[in-house]
Amino acid sequence: MTTEQLHEVRLHVNGSVHEVRVPARRLLSDALRHDCGLTGTHVGCEHGVCGACTVLVDGAPMRSCLMLAVSAVDAEITTVEGLTEEDGSLSPVQQAFSDCHGLQCGFCTPGFLTTITAGLRETPDPTEDEAREMIAGNLCRCTGYQNIVKSVLRAREIQAEIQGERSRS
Amino acid sequence: MTTKMFGAKVPRVEDQRFLRGQGRYVDDLLTDDPRLLHSAVLRSPHAHARIVDIDVSDVLDVEGVVAVWTWDDLTGPMAEPLPLLIPHPALTHGRTQYALAKDEVNYVGEAIAFVVAVDRYVAEDAVSRIRVDYEYLEPVVGIPAARAAKHAVHADVPDNVGARMEQENGDARAAIAAAPHVLTLDLDVERSACTPMEGRGTVARWDPDTSRLTVWSSTQTSTGVRGCVAAKLGLDLAKVDVVTPDVGGGFGVKINHPWPEELLVPLAAMTLGRPVKFTEDRREHFISSAHERAQHHHVEVGFDDDGRVLGLDVEFWHDHGAYTPYGLIVPIITSTQLLGPYKPANYRVAFESLYTNTVIVTPYRGAGRPQGCFVMERTMDAISTYLGKDRTEVRATNFIQPDEFPYEHGLVFQDGRELTYDSGDYPASLVKLKELVGWDEFEEFRAEMAAQGRKVGIGLACYVEGTGVGPYEGAHVHIETSGRVKVATGLTTQGQGHQTAFAQIVADTLGVRFEDVEITTGDTRRMPYAVGTFASRAAVMSGSAIHLAALRAKEKALRIAAEALEASEDDLEIADGVVSVRGTDASIDLGTVAVLSNPLRYAFDEASKAATQFSIGDPGKPPVAEDDEPGLEGKDFYSPPRSTFANGMHAVIVETDPDTAEIRILKYAVVHDCGNLINPMIVEGQIHGGVAQGVGGALYERMAYDESGQLLNASFMDFLMPYATEVPTSIDIDHLETPSPLNPLGIKGAGEAGVIPSAAVFAAAIEDAEGFPITSMPISPSELFELRLAHADEPHPTV
Amino acid sequence: MKPAPFAYLRPSTLEEALAALAGEQGAKVLAGGQSLVPLLNMRLAAPSMLVDINALPDLGHVRVAEDGVRVGALARHAEVLASAEAAHAQPLLGMALSHVAHPTIRNRGTTVGSIVHADAAAEMPMVLRLLEGSVDVASVRGRRTVPAAELFAGPLESTLGHDEIAVQAFFPGLAPGAGVAFQEIARRHGDYALVGVAAHVETEGDAVTRARLGFVSVSDVPTVVDVTDALDDPAGTALTELEPADDIHATAAYRAHLVRVLAPRVLAAATDHARSRAGEAIHP
Repeated sequence: MTTEQLHEVRLHVNGSVHEVRVPARRLLSDALRHDCGLTGTHVGCEHGVCGACTVLVDGAPMRSCLMLAVSAVDAEITTVEGLTEEDGSLSPVQQAFSDCHGLQCGFCTPGFLTTITAGLRETPDPTEDEAREMIAGNLCRCTGYQNIVKSVLRAREIQAEIQGERSRS
Repeated sequence: MTTKMFGAKVPRVEDQRFLRGQGRYVDDLLTDDPRLLHSAVLRSPHAHARIVDIDVSDVLDVEGVVAVWTWDDLTGPMAEPLPLLIPHPALTHGRTQYALAKDEVNYVGEAIAFVVAVDRYVAEDAVSRIRVDYEYLEPVVGIPAARAAKHAVHADVPDNVGARMEQENGDARAAIAAAPHVLTLDLDVERSACTPMEGRGTVARWDPDTSRLTVWSSTQTSTGVRGCVAAKLGLDLAKVDVVTPDVGGGFGVKINHPWPEELLVPLAAMTLGRPVKFTEDRREHFISSAHERAQHHHVEVGFDDDGRVLGLDVEFWHDHGAYTPYGLIVPIITSTQLLGPYKPANYRVAFESLYTNTVIVTPYRGAGRPQGCFVMERTMDAISTYLGKDRTEVRATNFIQPDEFPYEHGLVFQDGRELTYDSGDYPASLVKLKELVGWDEFEEFRAEMAAQGRKVGIGLACYVEGTGVGPYEGAHVHIETSGRVKVATGLTTQGQGHQTAFAQIVADTLGVRFEDVEITTGDTRRMPYAVGTFASRAAVMSGSAIHLAALRAKEKALRIAAEALEASEDDLEIADGVVSVRGTDASIDLGTVAVLSNPLRYAFDEASKAATQFSIGDPGKPPVAEDDEPGLEGKDFYSPPRSTFANGMHAVIVETDPDTAEIRILKYAVVHDCGNLINPMIVEGQIHGGVAQGVGGALYERMAYDESGQLLNASFMDFLMPYATEVPTSIDIDHLETPSPLNPLGIKGAGEAGVIPSAAVFAAAIEDAEGFPITSMPISPSELFELRLAHADEPHPTV
Repeated sequence: MKPAPFAYLRPSTLEEALAALAGEQGAKVLAGGQSLVPLLNMRLAAPSMLVDINALPDLGHVRVAEDGVRVGALARHAEVLASAEAAHAQPLLGMALSHVAHPTIRNRGTTVGSIVHADAAAEMPMVLRLLEGSVDVASVRGRRTVPAAELFAGPLESTLGHDEIAVQAFFPGLAPGAGVAFQEIARRHGDYALVGVAAHVETEGDAVTRARLGFVSVSDVPTVVDVTDALDDPAGTALTELEPADDIHATAAYRAHLVRVLAPRVLAAATDHARSRAGEAIHP
């Protein structure tokens, strides 16, 4: 069997550049986890249904298991590790999950966090139905989603509180 | 005074890691170790075949492949069948598979060869180049085929019956014969599975310098895996450490062990001298990890005019798949727990546990109880319909009453002990449930909906769940000289928030700040004696053990502090990590007490000087008293006489679309009694998750095998786990707290409860909406449509 | 579940991409990859080469003109769905696209890719057929336009050659006096439909002059049935041309039943839509 060709790929992840040498078939999820060491992105099905591997590609949530690392060269990628605020504190979405018990085993959580982070940019003030719709493409086996829906609404509240504080100061 | 933590909705400490992407699951480990190797498994494409020849000659040509194993390469205990974990006298024909198939495969997915390579991609390339000659054998798929026994799964078990078991209390058949009314029901439940978001996974590293093996596994029992790895690889237990890192959900499937890969990975790591990882992919999880639930039941029940059950006779057939590593636990649980909160005057149950050429069956959250609950509750509904009585009334007639505890059923439970309920108040729960769901107002609602051309139905289901089974769990509590408290318990964690709930217990028992407590679970280096996380037992077993161990540490702290403060122990109290003499200013913090507990020759820091030989102790006595040991620690084990029995009741209102037969959930209500609640937030989270999994099991999920034994829906595309859009938009929960008298904290287990009554409660509600019996679950709109056609000619019964 | 090895090319011009496809019999085009990559991961497809067209210029457009909507090969479902102009010109696009999988998939998956994947269980191939649209196709041999009626050869099979790239799909706009509607029943929100039915109705005054129904998941190729002469029993007529089948999610009889439930509903909705648009045209 011939040696598989390796490609030099520059991945832009969470504001840093990762130079990796990977075969063309390396999934973006694997490149993030094994080549960049960003194991916060989880792999739950590798056929695009569960959403655990969801990352933001130029701000839009996408399944990293359905993208090739070589095809992600021009994109700015955000993983769960990149959601935390600059001072290391939790983002409003992360904080909301903690406040509302929006996670149990934590395996699906990164995909929900990235999806909701983008979702709230698009729909900053979701109704409960819109909150449910926002997370409707991600599977969770632990929480029954009740507290994840609450977390979306709580994140909206936290964001509003922060904006309120900013406008006051 | 420290705020009481037990019973408070304390936010989870583990969330900080998970939310930042800093959880550490098996596949996250050793990712930066360039020596790490990856593995893949060749799995049988056939449900039943003899292996004539395996040709691996093409494999080693693949660049990056390091090694390949087949059964021929295994030696010693590794070449023997995997252990039968829970033997039972009734399991007369138990069989287990080999780590790699020896000369026959009995389900699609059975492991045949194990390849180790530089990465998983290459390992899969190699697997695709292994050539196997099979001699095709007739597959046995489904309970009817197993019972018919035209073909046998195992040639030496020609009737496909692995076990026959019967239990009886009284004389059920005689009671039925003498009863005023008799009904017969046939009730089916199909196969489903746990499907945690993280599949199985194992990493092993052999350290040649210390001759020590470390295994990390996504398991529900570290100690179980450790025992098996040591036995199979011929290592002393002391040479093997098993650590369970973060686990992405278990729901039962990870209690079975050792999975072939849990042995093959350590074997490869030792053989190759490099760390090796196996990470199961989703397709593998469907076809090689365990399933559950499939059972057919035949019920005969005799009852009086009030609906009181005089005799109940249940026979059922349990599909245990190709092998029986986990013994008869699931059908034994069905056979005993189907009794629920009721007390039939006479009860007989008999089951056969059958071989089929399908994936093995081991407990899935609820473990046989959803089927039992389905059987009993369908029976209660049938009696009610027959007598024209309200369904809650017939149930109330049959309830065990609060003054009848402890209640002895005269049967033997899954732990080999008497089936004796400890406590509960079922009539009170029923009152709460009726109010919560609006039972008495439902007919009004139904009429309102009917006027709009809409069809609705209501159902309820009650269950009792034996939780916290033995044999034991232990805990070790260590108060460091910093005052921080390190606690270890041996069972594992897969999302239940043990680091929080157990720390709440320690904070209260010891009188320390919650933030100062750190819990370690599932690490055999820290607590080598443990059983595992299953049967809703973690809170009861480890919670109690931790409480007892903390009491021991506290006892010692008080003794040392009393001496230091020259006060009586009875006058001391501990709060926020400080021991003080009540009503005085005299105090000493626990960190200092820890310093004093360990007589030192060498001071290692400023504080420890207080414990060196010229500053402490009576020079006339040994520095450590004869009956004492150094250090401020407490260790204890909890081993209850028998299980504690939680209970609950669910009710649901559904709408069935008259045109499309789609089933919508309008309201879901839960009354839950798991004794004293450690953290109500966590308990409610467990209920939410259970209900959602129950909705999946009742309305969406099933393992669809074709007659040749191929699993047709081995993906999340076709195995329909609910999304947020498929679960109830809200779940109304009310708690009853009937403490268990069996443990010091009065707690009962809560992990599985949410899923137990789902099949029963949905069947009841759909039946109520449609007016014809629902006897098989799960049910899809397509099936409901077909049932409507089948019942179209019947006169519509008035409800 | 990892792909088998393949060669990879990420051309920056269409010519380069076409040359690569022409030179490699086993090559496949990678656009959004939301259908292709699952097949690669399960090793149900093992192309010798992937020609990644994501770096090609000028293919990401959603262009609305008087005659309809032109969607470039790199326009993601989400971009088509987000275009208010496109929705105005051809409302069926939005109605159907909101049923295509989940938003996260729509952020990556392309509408043109979904069409040439030719899945009879997918919404967009049927929509193209119902609207009598077309696909512009390029290869080293030249360019051609393939009408939707000639695009689908069989289950998951288009009539495109292995060397061709579909560079653009054209969805005709909705004429005044015409209306559309779409409904589907799926097991879970976002799943492939058990049955989906779209309607395209043309009216003159109160009269329906042309009525056609497009079906998802009840035949093995995207199917459109003319029901202009069967307005009182559109399902009965349609079912003579459909082939509902049993699978693990539904029986053939249930699928046929859903056709009977949905067909009159969407036909009525599309007729109402047509009449309301005719009304709007008169009273803007």
